[in-house]
Amino acid sequence: MAHLTINERNAGNVTILDLSGKITIGEGSVQLRDAVRKLLEQGHKNLLIDLGQVDYVDSSGIGELVSCYTTTKNQGGQLKLLNLTKKIKDLLSITKLLTVFETFESESEAVSSFGG
Amino acid sequence: MKDSIELTIESKFEYVELASSVTKNVTDMLGFDDDTANWIDLSVRESVINAIKHGNQLSIDKPVDIKFTIDGDTLTVYVRDRGVGFNPLLIPDPLDPENLLNPNGRGIFYMKTFMDEVDFSHHPDGGTVVRMVKRRSVTDDKGELASDGPPDN
Repeated sequence: MAHLTINERNAGNVTILDLSGKITIGEGSVQLRDAVRKLLEQGHKNLLIDLGQVDYVDSSGIGELVSCYTTTKNQGGQLKLLNLTKKIKDLLSITKLLTVFETFESESEAVSSFGG
Repeated sequence: MKDSIELTIESKFEYVELASSVTKNVTDMLGFDDDTANWIDLSVRESVINAIKHGNQLSIDKPVDIKFTIDGDTLTVYVRDRGVGFNPLLIPDPLDPENLLNPNGRGIFYMKTFMDEVDFSHHPDGGTVVRMVKRRSVTDDKGELASDGPPDN
C-alpha cells in the first residue's frame, strides 16, 4: 500500500519534516495535515518540508501543501519547501504556486532563510 | 482496428491504484515516454477521484466505469460516474489570484494541461462521462518510427 512516512527533526529554530512516499487523496494528505497541525499546536512555527523522497503527488496533495502553508501563515509561522522533485516542481509551476511557496535546494540555505 | 480495455470499480479511493496500474500497462503498450506516461496516469487518477468523490459522492453502490481505447498512436480514456453532473464552465480558474490558495480545484486543470483533449458529456443512462485523449508524438517513440510511418491500411 502507498503510504507517506514523515520524520521530524530540528535544525536550530526550524522543524524539518522529511517526507517519503506519496501525498495523495486519503492517507498521505491526512498524515501531512495532522503532522503540521500537531507541530503548530506545540508551538513550532518554522516548518521546512523536504519533498526529495516523495515519488508521487496528486492535486489533493498539492492542495494539502497549500492548506498547510495557509494554516501555518495564519498562525504566524512560515512553511517552506525543500528538494522539490521535477514532477512536483512542474505541478506547482503550472498552477503558479511557485510564486507562493519559498523553495530551496539546499537545506542549510533553507534553514538560514528563517532567520534567528 | 481499435483495442479496448474496460474496468468497473466501486467508489472507493483504494481502487484508484487499480485504475492507475491499468493505465501504466496501457501507456507502456503504446510506448509513451516515462514523463508523458506519468502525466497520463495523473490525469486518469484525477478523473477517477473526481468520479468517486464529486460524481458518486462516495456511494459504493455507484460504480465508476473506466474504458481505454487504443487506435494507432491515440489513447482515449473514458471515465463515467453515476452522479447528477456538473457544468465544467462553472469551475473556478485555479490560476486566478483569488483562487491561488484554494486547496481544491486543480484536478481538471491538470487533466486539461496534460492531455490533448478533455471533454465532458452526459451519459444517456445517467452520470457524466469524461473523455480524455492523448496522442503519442514522435518524441515519445522509443527508437521506432511508428508515428511517422505509413498507415497499415
